[in-house]
Amino acid sequence: MPKYVMVIDQSRCVGCMACVVACKRENDVPPEQFRTRVLEMVKGEFPFLRSELRPELCNHCDHAPCVNVCPTGASHKEADGTVQIDRSRCVGCKACIAACPYNARYINEEHGFADKCTFCQQRLKVGLKPACVATCIGGSRIFGDISDPKSEVRRLIEDNSHRVLLESAGTEPNVYYINRYPKKLS
Amino acid sequence: MSFSRRSFLKYAALSAGGTLLAETPFMGAKARAQAEGGKARYVPTTCEMCFWKCGVVAKVVDGKVVKLEGNPLHPQSLGKLCGRGQAGIGLLYDKDRLKVPMIRTGARGENRYKQASWDEALNYVAEKLTTIKGKYGAESIALFAHGSPGTYFANVVRALGSANISYPSFSQCLGARNVAWELTFGEAPQSTCERVDMANSRVIVLFGTHLGENMHNSQNQEFAQAVANGARIVVVDPRFSTAAGKASTWMPIKPGTDLALLLTWINLVITNGWYDKDYVNNYTNGFDKLAAEVKHYTPEWAARETELPEHDIVEVARALGRNAPNVMVHPGRHFSWHGNDTQRGRAMAILNALLGTWGRPGGIWLSPKGKLAKLTEHPAYPEPKRDSVVFGDYPFAGGEGLTNVVRETTISGDPYPIKAWIVTGTNLLKTMPNQEKTRKAIDKLDLLVSIDVMPTDTVMMADVILPECSYLERHDGLFGIETREAGVAIRQPVIEPLYQSKPAWWIGSQLCRALKLDDYAVKGTWEERMRREAKLWNIDYQELADKGYLSIPGSAAPYFTADNPPTFKTKSKKIELYSAELEDESFAPIPKYQAIEQPPAGQYRLLYGRSQVHTFSRTVNNQWLWELFKENQVWLNAKEAARLGLKDLALVRLVNQDGINSEPVRVKVTERIRPDCVYMVHGFGQHSPAMTRAYNRGADDQHLISKYKIDPICGTTGMRVNFVKIVKEA
Repeated sequence: MPKYVMVIDQSRCVGCMACVVACKRENDVPPEQFRTRVLEMVKGEFPFLRSELRPELCNHCDHAPCVNVCPTGASHKEADGTVQIDRSRCVGCKACIAACPYNARYINEEHGFADKCTFCQQRLKVGLKPACVATCIGGSRIFGDISDPKSEVRRLIEDNSHRVLLESAGTEPNVYYINRYPKKLS
Repeated sequence: MSFSRRSFLKYAALSAGGTLLAETPFMGAKARAQAEGGKARYVPTTCEMCFWKCGVVAKVVDGKVVKLEGNPLHPQSLGKLCGRGQAGIGLLYDKDRLKVPMIRTGARGENRYKQASWDEALNYVAEKLTTIKGKYGAESIALFAHGSPGTYFANVVRALGSANISYPSFSQCLGARNVAWELTFGEAPQSTCERVDMANSRVIVLFGTHLGENMHNSQNQEFAQAVANGARIVVVDPRFSTAAGKASTWMPIKPGTDLALLLTWINLVITNGWYDKDYVNNYTNGFDKLAAEVKHYTPEWAARETELPEHDIVEVARALGRNAPNVMVHPGRHFSWHGNDTQRGRAMAILNALLGTWGRPGGIWLSPKGKLAKLTEHPAYPEPKRDSVVFGDYPFAGGEGLTNVVRETTISGDPYPIKAWIVTGTNLLKTMPNQEKTRKAIDKLDLLVSIDVMPTDTVMMADVILPECSYLERHDGLFGIETREAGVAIRQPVIEPLYQSKPAWWIGSQLCRALKLDDYAVKGTWEERMRREAKLWNIDYQELADKGYLSIPGSAAPYFTADNPPTFKTKSKKIELYSAELEDESFAPIPKYQAIEQPPAGQYRLLYGRSQVHTFSRTVNNQWLWELFKENQVWLNAKEAARLGLKDLALVRLVNQDGINSEPVRVKVTERIRPDCVYMVHGFGQHSPAMTRAYNRGADDQHLISKYKIDPICGTTGMRVNFVKIVKEA
């Protein structure tokens, strides 16, 4: 069974928002709600500045707080490593939204269930990469099966210094960010 | 929707190298539909959310367009679409679209119209045009256009006997750049895209070219590749742009002093011997004169003039020299800045020539070989009785014409009256500087016809509004696409036109018929004409319609090689470091630096630019883009904001040097801009209430650009010459 992860090479992100719009179209996300975002952060004082473009989405955590708090079992971990929501079991209690440290979830206001990034499960099932990855202009989002030693994601994680968001939260995320100075010291 | 194991295997097989998951599998419309069991229909076509001409694959389910993806076969999209391209569905299904032909019943701008049938509207336009032609001559009819609809209405205007046709893409955008490179290399640095070989470049210098915010698809893909390759990025820009965030050196230059930096770099490259000596000896002329002319532009002087560190100035020149010829000073795109723009472009071209970048890997690649024959199916156009005005008194004005001169002539009636404007694909009030003049000119007209998809500010001034369908509902082309290779692309309807909207080709043809100019109407449908064009070019139309793009084998020849020796289309057949052509017209044959006016104390230079999710004012009402970027803000340096007592998101108005007030706009307090200028994204402040989402959102930069400075060489309008003060909104 594959274990799906996303690797994000921020140096390649051009902040174009193609991923955000692609996700909305692919997943029919309601107006003004989003499953992914790109944050732009600038540090320093003029003229000594450094910027960070950071795509964010559900981290499909191995220790997912949203799954632990879900009273109905709607939020669950699947065999391919992804965290999914069974809409028919969701009662819209918002416990998962409060529990998620990544602000990755929302209540679908049209239908009342909790919703979030699924890694485009419907595309994975037919052998397609998630929509955000397929259209990423900078080639900044890389997706694949970390259990496959020959996969690009595995190679990127092995070759580069990287981090996950809020590591101290103990969630064991499956979205990896390559560091700004990525080469590992030998 | 359920998917079979079989379709999974098909995609896996389609993906390159047999990797497990595919990105955008597309081997043609039929193959993809079959792989999925035929529930969805796929149509390859060409995007027009901007003018980069990306290949799109549209997915249609139950007659609804549900998704747009980049066509992997097309070199302008390479399987990907930017946010705007994906949001094409938002334009297609925008409830505010123009739906029926309309004829004005109230005063201009009062928004009072009656609905009309197509026959009624077209006959009305034809009668008015005929009257105007009879009274003032055919030349009194002018066209302003942008994008593919221009083709069909240029045909109408030429058939009537007028050549007063102009495209703002020259005067308000890239005209001066192209003229500068034509004077230097004999050719513009652009085919379908800028011919920049970023993927192979070691040093890339951007002068205010906002890659990442200016979202030209394949160029940004290549920029990201260059960054990943470890190319050194140098960004010269008063504002810390997205591209500056990728740069190893950001040079926050004092606005308007770019030429000082360029001439100093030319001097440094020459005096230190960092130029490509063989290349310069073999292919250029005027080197000695250039060397003598630029000698006094020292780094110490440039550091004072540009307010950049002297060390950076010298160090970047050295990096360029050391890595030449695999380097580039990117030619840029929007170029009408300060009214001295041709000479700035000349300096950029000259620097590229000294570094030997033209025709070299990592520099400027060469346009592909072989030109497509022109299909002409109508009689020759009548020769206009009076010369067109579109070149003004500017000896190097380009073939796209000068919008500003047509507007001047409309106001003055000199040398003859202009009484009818046909406007398509361009929102002139938001495109041209000095809206007062645009309004004054419109007041002089007997007829203003707008052909458009959305009820923009300019459309809502028109006497007759003809609703064009969106690019997803029509045929256009065929398009010759020139990237590193030559190819042909198609635009074809994904669905039938909604409401009563019609394709521009049909509107143009019907207008020809209503004017009794039947010989100039298209024979049959436009698609039939496209088939004839394909035949002329030896292209299999069915295959093109299935794949969206076909390349022309053997057309690519991007670099100079033994088989592809350098040729230059200049008068001297060499690269003109010294321009005899400019000298003949009494312009400086080598660019000279002249300081431009700087803002007085308490005022800021107004800079403008792009958002990555908008195309000028064209997309501001699009649901999918509007929700990401609803209104613009005015960027203000943090120290200046503190001095003025302005907090982030404070509501202010900008007041320019002519006392013109902006709409209320919020301040973005930021370290990302110099203290002597402010910046805003162009295209906002729509006054047309028919654009319900965009209406009164943000401020209109063009409203504040009442002053403009005309480039004496080619007539383009420099628009970064306005100064504003900031007034707190009560």
